[in-house]
Amino acid sequence: MEMMLNIASWLLLTIGGFFVLIGGIGALRMPDLYTRMHAASVTDSIGPILIIGGLMLQAGITLASLKLAAILLFLLLTGPTASNALASAAILSGHRPDNAQEMSAPDLS
Amino acid sequence: MYIAVALALVLTMGLALIRALLGPSVYDRVLAVNMMGTKTVLLLSVITFAFGRPDFLDLALAYALINFIGVLAVLEFFRKRPELDPENNPDHNAEGAE
Amino acid sequence: MRKPDLHSPQISRLASILTLFVLLSLTWIMWSGYFTSMLLFLGLVSCALCIWLALRMRFFDDYLFSMPVGMGLLGYWIWLLREVIASSLAVTRIVLSPRLPISPRIARIRAGSDHPYDQVLFANSITLTPGTLSMDLDDGVITVHSLTEDGMRDLLSGEMNRRVTALRRK
Repeated sequence: MEMMLNIASWLLLTIGGFFVLIGGIGALRMPDLYTRMHAASVTDSIGPILIIGGLMLQAGITLASLKLAAILLFLLLTGPTASNALASAAILSGHRPDNAQEMSAPDLS
Repeated sequence: MYIAVALALVLTMGLALIRALLGPSVYDRVLAVNMMGTKTVLLLSVITFAFGRPDFLDLALAYALINFIGVLAVLEFFRKRPELDPENNPDHNAEGAE
Repeated sequence: MRKPDLHSPQISRLASILTLFVLLSLTWIMWSGYFTSMLLFLGLVSCALCIWLALRMRFFDDYLFSMPVGMGLLGYWIWLLREVIASSLAVTRIVLSPRLPISPRIARIRAGSDHPYDQVLFANSITLTPGTLSMDLDDGVITVHSLTEDGMRDLLSGEMNRRVTALRRK
């Protein structure tokens, strides 16, 4: 059981590290601000979930685990809020997304 | 093994730093700074376990708080820039983040 | 943490203030871990200070704790986690492919619920999912930017919107 938990935890940590790295590479490769924000949001959502999840498996049911859960909850609440604020500030200052086509719901069917 | 994750986080912070240096607009730099903040929180959490220092978790939470407030404060500051700037040209506000 | 059944706004307001106070006290005890009278007193003072600041910000005027909290929200989080994993893999594939096959799209989506908290939950869920980003929330209409056409198609199919709206109806 101990061993299983360890393996699961390392797996989560490694995959989390991989996703974080992908986000970093994406933020460098993407052509304009808004597409870069998509890449950055990989490091803001799945990265913390996996890495803090892995650490929580290591900690077990302790106070440290509770604190990690609080940190994760806080990151997941504030991350999107900061992104929204960044995007709307950029829009207001006149940044337009590069060659983005408009799409609306009736296009679907 | 913690070291591998820490290394991935530090590497990502390096990439974010390059993005912050390249710009080109203020908002790209703020995005990079925000990314670095999240990575710092994760790095502090990993360090807690790698070196067995439980007090680092408190620092991680404090850093998460400061990072969020900091990004919002910087954005609030730059949101007022276009009105001050008679040109109102988004390509020219790159010099703001020196 | 639902609105108490006593319908008077004063009672409801008092209940939210008390809830916030209990939450703040628990947070203080969890992070301090010391039970000397001096530190507990300081904790009490800082909780009271936070409540006072929140009152000054008119934090309790429109039912702060009218967020639907419960099993429904937990179920939504699990569904959202699956979405986040799926779209993270999609974005990873794009970032790692040499040609960078992006097709940015913009759309305006009307949130299914009139309640401001539901709209914020919806907008934040959109942003939390990699590949879609909500840029603006104005009067229930959310402007969304997506990295690919497929990502926008998924969002426009309206499943997330439906699930967020269903949270309150239960």
